Amino acid sequence: MQGSRFRDGVRAASPLAIAPVLFGASFGLLAVDAGMSWAGAILMSATTFAGSAQFAAASILDSGGGAAAAIVAAVLLNARYVPLSLSVASIFPGSRKRRLVEAQLIVDESWALAGRTGRFEYAVLIGVGVLFYVLWVGGTALGTVVGDLLDPEAIGLDAAFPALFLALLAPYLRTRRAVATAVAAGAITLVLLPFTPAGVPIVAASLASLIGLRR
Amino acid sequence: MTWLVIAVVGAVTILFKASGPVLLGGRELTPRVSSVVEVLAPAMLAALVVTQTVGGDRELVFDERLAGIAAGALAIRLRAPLLLVMVVAAATAALIRLF
Repeated sequence: MQGSRFRDGVRAASPLAIAPVLFGASFGLLAVDAGMSWAGAILMSATTFAGSAQFAAASILDSGGGAAAAIVAAVLLNARYVPLSLSVASIFPGSRKRRLVEAQLIVDESWALAGRTGRFEYAVLIGVGVLFYVLWVGGTALGTVVGDLLDPEAIGLDAAFPALFLALLAPYLRTRRAVATAVAAGAITLVLLPFTPAGVPIVAASLASLIGLRR
Repeated sequence: MTWLVIAVVGAVTILFKASGPVLLGGRELTPRVSSVVEVLAPAMLAALVVTQTVGGDRELVFDERLAGIAAGALAIRLRAPLLLVMVVAAATAALIRLF
């Protein structure tokens, strides 16, 4: 049962598999340009495993921005993983140590696909997470050796992901409370985007979930 | 210096991701907490949609992604499966970039 749900996750994600490979390769290339060794680039993909923060850190280093600026930007970008992680806290079984390890498979895509039925499914999160992890780290390794495989923007991948998140948002919008929360979160993000460092708007938008306290 | 960045960012991200399952996991949530957690998913999805559609470097950027997501939204409206929604959005953005 668990095994088949795991495979469901992998199957749901496999058409998306080209993305982590291409973005991973772009990161590998950028990281080496920014002065990381190939081992450093791969280690970062293996431990941080979060595309936007890694790109931000590497491009700041690349433009001579310094370690402190790179760390602050990446940490702010990844702060959204606190609310994401809280939302799926109850689906992780087993010991504390096992939960610590398996929680590392939480990325935007695995988290979003795991909730596609409106209830978070552990096996889907793990299945998608493992697939993306292997391809992200592998793509990074490829990128440090062969450079850019293909420009993700040329094939429109940067438009595919917001559309994916929109498609996954749609089924939640059945209750008035969920609609109000989504609208408020979107508005907070839109207003803050021009004025705050990247990452802050998404974290601030999580406050919209306090609407849940209203009866 | 790059090693410092790799180590600190990696360590902090690992803690962020583990926060929910390690601190809250295996525990019954009170009704007040779970009613907030319930709407956390639509809130975060909406925020991701907005940042990935018009997000730039401390600015709003209106580019081909907008046309892509508009086409994607139409596909969602017509009950297209997930993959088709993504292909429609990507192809729309890519085609506009070609011309």
